[in-house]
Parts: sequence; structure tokens; C-alpha cells
Amino acid sequence: MGLLSYIIFLPLLGSLVILFLPKDNFKVIRWTSAFFSFIPMLLSFYLTYDYFFAFAGSSQMAYVEGPFQWISAISAQYFLGVDGISVPMVALTGLLSFLSILASFNIEKRVKEYFVFFLLLETGMMGVFVSLDFFLFYIFWEVMLVPMYFLIGIWGGPRKEYAAIKFFLYTLFGSIFMLVAILILYFTSNPHTLNILELIKTAPTLSHSLQLLCFAFFFVGFAIKVPVWPFHTWLPDAHVEAPTAVSVILAGVLLKMGTYGMLRVSWPMFPQGLKFFAIPIALLGLIGIIYGALVSMAQKDLKKLVAYSSVSHMGYCMLALGAFSSVTAMTGVMFQMVSHGLITGALFLLVGVLYDRAHTREIAAFGGLGVKIPVYTGLMVLFSMASLGLPGMSGFVSEFMVFVGSFSSFKIITALAVLGVVLTAAYMLRMVQRMFLGEFNIAKWGGLTEINLREILTVAPLAILTIIIGVYPGPLSNIMKATLENLVTLMAR
Amino acid sequence: MLENAYLIPFYPLLAFVVIIFFTRWKEKLSSYIAISMVLLAFVHSVFVMAAMLGRHGEPLEKIVTFISQPSLTLELGMYIDALTAVMLLVVTIVASCVQIYSLGYMHGDPRFSRYFSYLSLFTFSMLGLVIANNFFMIFIFWELVGLTSYLLIGFWFEKKSASDAGKKAFITTRIGDLGFIVGILILAAYAGTLNYQQVFEKVSSGALAPGIVTLAGIFIFCGAVGKSAQFPLHVWLPDAMEGPTPVSALIHAATMVAAGVYLVARAMTLFVGSAEAAMVVAVIGLITSLLAASIALTQNDIKRVLAYSTVSQLGYMIMALGLYGVDSAHGHHSPGYVAGTFHLMTHAFFKALLFLGAGSVIHAVHTNDIQDMGGLSKKMKITTITFFIASLSISGIFPLSGFWSKDEIVATTVGHPIFMIFTLAIAFMTAFYMFRLCFLTFTGKPRVQEKFDHAHESPKTMTYPLMFLAFLAIFAGWVGLPWLPHGFSSFVYHEEVHHAEPNYLLMLVSTIVALSGIGLSYLMYYKKSISADAIAEKIKPLYNLSYHKFYFDEIYNAVIIQPLLGLTNVLWWFDANVVDGFVNFIGWLTVKWADLKQWFDQYIVDGAVNGAGYFCMGASWLFRYLQSGSVQFYALTIIAAAIGLVIYRVTPLGFYYYLAGLLIMALSRVLARIFNNNRVKANSNVEG
Repeated sequence: MGLLSYIIFLPLLGSLVILFLPKDNFKVIRWTSAFFSFIPMLLSFYLTYDYFFAFAGSSQMAYVEGPFQWISAISAQYFLGVDGISVPMVALTGLLSFLSILASFNIEKRVKEYFVFFLLLETGMMGVFVSLDFFLFYIFWEVMLVPMYFLIGIWGGPRKEYAAIKFFLYTLFGSIFMLVAILILYFTSNPHTLNILELIKTAPTLSHSLQLLCFAFFFVGFAIKVPVWPFHTWLPDAHVEAPTAVSVILAGVLLKMGTYGMLRVSWPMFPQGLKFFAIPIALLGLIGIIYGALVSMAQKDLKKLVAYSSVSHMGYCMLALGAFSSVTAMTGVMFQMVSHGLITGALFLLVGVLYDRAHTREIAAFGGLGVKIPVYTGLMVLFSMASLGLPGMSGFVSEFMVFVGSFSSFKIITALAVLGVVLTAAYMLRMVQRMFLGEFNIAKWGGLTEINLREILTVAPLAILTIIIGVYPGPLSNIMKATLENLVTLMAR
Repeated sequence: MLENAYLIPFYPLLAFVVIIFFTRWKEKLSSYIAISMVLLAFVHSVFVMAAMLGRHGEPLEKIVTFISQPSLTLELGMYIDALTAVMLLVVTIVASCVQIYSLGYMHGDPRFSRYFSYLSLFTFSMLGLVIANNFFMIFIFWELVGLTSYLLIGFWFEKKSASDAGKKAFITTRIGDLGFIVGILILAAYAGTLNYQQVFEKVSSGALAPGIVTLAGIFIFCGAVGKSAQFPLHVWLPDAMEGPTPVSALIHAATMVAAGVYLVARAMTLFVGSAEAAMVVAVIGLITSLLAASIALTQNDIKRVLAYSTVSQLGYMIMALGLYGVDSAHGHHSPGYVAGTFHLMTHAFFKALLFLGAGSVIHAVHTNDIQDMGGLSKKMKITTITFFIASLSISGIFPLSGFWSKDEIVATTVGHPIFMIFTLAIAFMTAFYMFRLCFLTFTGKPRVQEKFDHAHESPKTMTYPLMFLAFLAIFAGWVGLPWLPHGFSSFVYHEEVHHAEPNYLLMLVSTIVALSGIGLSYLMYYKKSISADAIAEKIKPLYNLSYHKFYFDEIYNAVIIQPLLGLTNVLWWFDANVVDGFVNFIGWLTVKWADLKQWFDQYIVDGAVNGAGYFCMGASWLFRYLQSGSVQFYALTIIAAAIGLVIYRVTPLGFYYYLAGLLIMALSRVLARIFNNNRVKANSNVEG
């Protein structure tokens, strides 16, 4: 067992351990799950650190485990490895999982099951980011769905069943297309293989129409996850109904599976499909940016506003993914993935903090909170600023890279996408004004308490990372540089 | 000291961090930290200036890599030349004055420490903007000054108007920044670099197509339009006056709003490279200046008059820079570059002084409305004198600072008669509205006695900065005296020194224009020999246009904001009902499909199985009568069959009738049987 296997399976072990714990002892359960997500987080940080110093210069897979024969009848292999695009994702997942578990300490309902599902979810997510075999990849992809379904469906808000089923079916619908494409790849390869790295080498020799077909099928699978407009409507429902920590994971990690899948699988595998669909993809990105921002502006529920902002922000990723010939654009995609994970994760955590106290998320119900809870307000303003791409924070670096990278391929589309910058500022500042500025309603909210230390601790690491990446993005960019350069040459085939 | 000039922005940043995290609870300490750090930055800037003077403006550049990509390297760095050195001094001087002044002005505010931390953050951002060596870095700090401006305009955020104004300022300037970003993208894509010097080299050497230079120039200028409140994005600056007055002085008069002018000056090579772009700049500058000056004539809020005055003066500078670009593109000499930057400096001092003076007045009478003031000179000597000095300076009266810089601007318009006429008209209006303000505020009888009674001169922390700035409002312009062999124009220049001879005729003309403006307002508002109201009545439509600021806010609200908000609601409806409606429709369809399949299963598939069973049962029920065991029936059947055969032989059709008859008979018998059976059953029931 190598490092990656530990990172994947420690949370699974944790969920098995929790199964054997007494279900009334919340404290033990909470700290056990914190422990079993803390260790993978440390390991993922170590992985990042070590990768940065030992492997960052090369585009080869590092920490490779396998390929070991697993099910020889279908030549499925146990095959793990990481490169410059998976390392940041693994670290992000490790961090957000641990913070989410900390933020879940106030869960009182069916505590044991909750953490069992949560750790299972972490295993699924980690697995997706490090699998190099389609069979394994697909299994982890589906494994994620089940705990997520229950986490939304049991611990969610008023419309939880609807949201959970919608999320589950929608994603499943997408993954069926993906499965078909995987089967096509399997049966057209000679000898039959599910090895992703092998297929990246051989798949571009497929016929033009087959490439287009496979590209489109994978695209549907991944696009639903991102979500790309118009496949996005599961997101506001799932995000809003899910409990705080699950929203964090949804926005911070699950959405990135879509873009990660594109970078890992379909983009390098089907260059002809990519060339054919590049402009539509960039256009979908543009629509997502503008449309998401405008719909965000119309929201009355704070959590829904943040949810729709995700549609807008992931639009930047799609725009840059269309500009496949530019390393800068790809760097922008990766930065935007990390940055959106940090910022939106933090925003959801903060929304949860307020909801726990006020039991409402209606923006119009608040006003002038800056007087009563200044620290909370400061954090919220900080992350709103980060979200609208203020320099000095990671969102700016990523958006700037996206723009610079995409502009060389799409002049008009990118110039229009820049509009998103103003719209984001508009809805974020409107929200800040309506909630935190203006007159304070002391009769209604006089009893509101300031954010507590545990909650600050869950948000602070995200704030620090957001600022560090915003001020000193060099290291993060160096981690992925060689991989992305190689990726761009693969896509140019 | 020059080598490590990049440290200058970090002093106030340090103050910000220390105050926010450590000394927030100790107000006095926080303010002292902020002030000492900005003073340190000032001292450092003085050394930088000395060093730059020593090397005759020879630039110095230092670079570190921010993020490097194959196609483009983004860098951070400092680029110090004469212009930077001047800006460093201007920013640190005004920031120091304003921070010291704020000790008195903000005394007793519940968020006193936070105020000083924001001011420090602003000073950091502004200094970073000034020393930037490339378009990427200037954009970073460009946005950061926007943030601090937002925070400080909305500093008293409990007031809705204040938080509205902050939001408006941020969003409006960001609209300009859209263009700025696109301009940067164009440069990145076509020049492959964002470093000032490298870009300019490519422009000068003709490596960039002229069309690209024009586009880049105009788009980058959009940023300046937003930040320097130029038409058509000028609407945010007057509203920004909701912030504390020292903030208005620092950010919205002297430094941040001048950043747009600084940007145009910095990117001058682009405009020299494209006469079209330069013309756009000049025209926008002129329109803005004229528009704002004509609005300032009728406003009654002391700070708004000054705000429109600021917009107007910024337009002046922008126009001068634009004309420089136009002239240079055509190979003519022009003092425009010097004029724009020189006026930027002198304006910073006298406008900061005007705002701080206005703050002193507001502090004393607790109102912004000049119609409620009057006669304050009796109570506020220092404020009055310094305010008059600043007004004379901005009006361009010999030998104050403003005279020299304004003269340069007028000189720039030589050769552009339309520009010259309007420039002089603006000069006239400026002198008029400034002295209208002075006379209404400080002279005559108090119009609201109660407010006058409460008035008092401000504390020393406020008056000392006023006096210091008054000194600068008089003398700062002397560095640009036209007779100096090594004055401002041979220190700050673009490409090469153009030493212009003093033009005495122009000086005379502009002095006469200024004096007549002052004279008119003297007659109207001091002597009252001309009735202002009567004139206003005579030109009612024009007066209304000016008083209502040409209805820009109303038009923008009706044409942009409301439609946009409407659009958001339409899209939200579309999303919930059409996009999601489709998803739910698919779900509904699936459920209905399943229902349909269940119905089919139950009634057709299963129905066929059960139907077979029922058929057999029915058939057997019928056929068992054939097997009744009655010999007569069998015989009857045989006879009937025989008859049937015979009939069939004779006429096949008749056979069918015969068969039908038989069937009816059989059926009637069967029915009779059933009927009888039932009757028997019923009877037996009755009997039973």
C-alpha cells in the first residue's frame, strides 16, 4: 500500500470503526471522524509538499501504485497515481473534508450514520482524483453518489427528498453516458484495456466520428457535475437543501470532479472532439458566467445566491477549457477550481453559521448586522470580495489567468465574459449591503451572537489560503506547470 | 533609499495589519501607529525624491516574478521615475495631513481604530499603484484602492445613503475597469508583455499594429474614466461625499481619483502612438470638465460643489494629456504632459485643503448646506483664510500654485481653438462657483442663527494641516515657474524635455477670465447687487438642468438599473420554470411513462392472460348444454342438422338464416332455463 491508498482508504476505515462505536456517544464519534479525516488531510498536504519538491518539474505520474491485475476478465486494474492536476485537488479535498467534519460537530440527528456516510464520501472523492483506471474511476465516481444521496436526503432542509433524488438521478443520468463511452473505448482498444494512460495514447487514433461521440458522451457526464448551463438546476436545490458541511463538499469538491474529469479524461483523449466542440464549450462558459450572475442577483435566499454564484464561477472554468491551446488558460482552470473551492466553501460555512443562529437565510430579513456581529461581517465581506475577484485573493489570479488565456482564442467571447466581473460585484455588494449595512433591527436580532472560535477555525484556514494564493501564486502554478504543458501538447494532437 | 523604495507602501500596510489584529481596542495607539507609519513613508519618499533629483529623473526598475507562463510572465515590481517620485510625495503628504486632521475630525467615533486601519490600507494601495512597473500590478492596486474607497465611503454604514454610495462607487468604477481589463488583455495578447517599458518599446518601434494601439489605448482609458469619474461614469463621485470628509479629501479629491490621470500619463506612449485614442481622451476630458463645472454652479451642498469641482479639474488634466497625445502624434511640441501632471500635483494640495476646510466647517455647523451657513469668517479665522487661499489657487490667481499649472493647461490648448474657448469658459465657471461657495459660507449674515451660535474654530490637529496645505497651495506650484531653467517641466516629461517659453498674453487672458468669474460672484453673493434668484428664474430650464445634474442618475436608473433588475427576475423565472421546468417535465414524463406501462401491464398483458381464462370458462359454460344427456335433444340436433344440410344444398344464404334462427332458439331456451332456475331458487327462498 502506498501513500495514495492510505489517503483513499483511511476514511473508509474510519467509517467502519464508527460503525462499531456506541451510537449515543456523540463526542467519541465526532472526534473519531475528525481523526480519520485529519490524517488523510495531513497526508494530502505531505503529498503536495513532496510532489512540489520531488516531481513538479515532470509531467510523469508520481506515487504510482500498480497497475495490478484486479478483474482480469475485463482487464480492470488497481492503478493509482497523481500529477500536477490531481495533487491540488487531493489537497483541497483533504482540507475541505476535515473542515467540513469540524463544521458538522453541531449535527445532533443520527450522528453515527452521518459521519459514516461523510467518511465514505471522502473515500469516493479521493478515489476519483487518483484513479488511473476507468473501472476504478467509475466505481469511485458512483460510490460518491450514495452517501451524498443520504446526506442530503436525511439531514437536509425542507425539500430534502426532492433535492436528493434530483441530484442522484441527474448525476446517474450523466454517468450512464460516461459508461457507454468507457465501453466504447474498451471494445475499440486492442488489446482491450481500461487503463486511462494507455487510452490517452491510443484513443486519438479512433475514427473522427467515434471521437466526437465519445467526447460528447463524456461531456454530458462531466458537464452535469460541473454544472454547465443548462444542466445546472440540480445544483441550487441540492446546495440549498443540503446541510452546511455537505454544501461545502458539494461546491468545493464535487463540482470540480466535472472539470477534473475533462482535464484528465476527455480533453487529452479526444483532441478531434475537443477541436470540434471548443467554441460551443466556450459559449456555454460565457452563458454560465452571465446567466449565473444575473440569476444570483435575483435571489432572496442567501444560500441560493451562493449556489448560483457557483454556476457563474464554474463558467469561467468552461470558458478557459474551450481555449485548449493555451497553458495559461489551463492554469486558469486549475486556479479557478482551487480558488472556487476555498472561497465558496467558506461562504457556505459562513451561511451555515448565520443560519444556525437566525434560522432563516432570507436576505431581506437582515440588515445592519455589521453593528452587532462585526467579526462575522468582516469575514463575510472578505469572502464576498474574494468571490468578486478582488486582487490580493485567489479569485483574482484565477479569473485573470482565465481571461488572459482565453483571450488569445476567443476575443469577443472573453471580452463579453469580463462583464461577469461587474455583475458579480453587483450581486455580492447588494447582498452585503442588505444584510450587514444599513440600520440594525435591534428588536429582532438583538440576541444574535458573534461567530464562535470553532467556527472561526473552520473558516480561517480558507481565508489564509485564499490570500496566500492571491499574493503568492507561484508555488501552486509550479506544481501544475509541467503537467499542463504536457496536457496542452496532448490536446494539440 | 531609492533602491528599496518598494518598502514605502509596506509601512502603511504594516499599520493596517497591526491595527486590525492587535491594537484595534486601543484607539489612541492605533491612530498613532497609522500616523507614524505614513510619516515614515513620507520621509522615505522625500529621500526618493532627493535621489531622483540627484540622478535627473533617470528611472529605476526592479522586478520579481508573480507567476510565469509560457506565453506571458506576470510580474510585480517597482518603476521609479520623476513622475513616480512626485506622486509618492503628493500621496504621502496629503495622507499625512489627512490622518493628523482625522485625529480631531473623527474624535469620538465608535469605529475610530477601524477608520485609521482603512486609511492605512488605502495609503498602501495608492502607493502600490504609484510604484507599479506594469499594467498587471497597477490593476491590482487599482482594485484595492477601489475596495478601500468602498469601505470608507460606506464607513458610516448605518446610513443607507452611505452604503448606497459605497456600492455605487465600487460598481461604477468597475464598469470602467471592464474596459481596463480588456485593454490589458489586448496588450497581453498582442504585445506579449504587460511591463510598461516593454509595451512602450513595442509601440514606439511599430511592432504593434496601429489599430491595436488605438484599441488598447481606448480600453485602458476606460479604467481612467471610471476611477477619475469622467463622463459618462462621473456619477459616483458626488455621492461618494457620504464618506467622512477627510476621506473625501484624501481619496476622492487628491489621490485616488487622480489615479486615472496618472494612468493616462503613464500610458502616454500608447496615446502618442494613436492620435485617435488621444483625441478620445481629450474630448472626454473636455466634456467632463464642462459638464461638471456647469453642475457645480448651482449646488448647495458644500462637499458636492467641491466634488463636481474635482470632476471638472480632473477633466482638465485628462484633456491636457489627451491634447499632448494628439499633438505629439502629429509631431508637434506640446506642454500638455507637463500641464496634466503638474496640475495633478497642485490640485492635490489645494483640493485637499478645500475639502479639509469644508470638513472644518461641517464639524462646526453640522450641516453641508451652504444656504444654512454664512458669516462663519467671524468664528473660524484660520479655516476662512486657508479656504480663500485654496479658492484663489484653484481659480488660477497669480502667483498661487493653481495659476502656474492652469496656465500650462491653457497653453496646451493653443492650436485647438474649440478646446481653448471651452477651457477658458471652464476657468471662468470655476472661479465663479468657488467664490460663490466662499461668500455664501464665510461672509454675510448667518442665515441660520442657531447653527452659527454653535460654530467654533476647529482644534489644532485640524487647523495645522490646513495651514500646512495652504502653504503648499501657494508655493507648491513654484517648482514649475516658467522662468526656472530646471523646473518641473525638465524633471517630469514624456520622452524629451520641451521647455516652453512663458506666454504672457495667455497668462493675462486667463487671469482676466478668473478675475471676472470672481467679480461676478462677488457682485451676486457678496454685494448682492445682482440677484442670483432673478438670473436663475430667467434661465429656468438651464438652471434646472444644472441643479438636477443633467438627470444622469435618473436616466441611468431608468435605462440600465431597472431593466437589469427586471432581467434578473425574468431569468430567475426562466431558470425555475423553463430550464428546471424541463428537467421536472422529464421527471414527470418518466413517472407517467411508468404509469402507462403499469396500465398496459395490468389491462393488456395481464388482461390477455386473464381473458384467455374467461374465454374458456364462458365457452365451457355454453358447451355444457350440448352435453345435457337428453336423447330428445340429441335427436333434435340431428334432425336440425339434416334439415340444415338440405337447406345448404338448395340455398347457402338460406342456411345462414336457418342457423341464425336455431341459435336464437337455443339462446332463448338457455335464457328461459336460467330464468326458470332463478325463479325456482327465488320461490324456494320464499318458501324456505
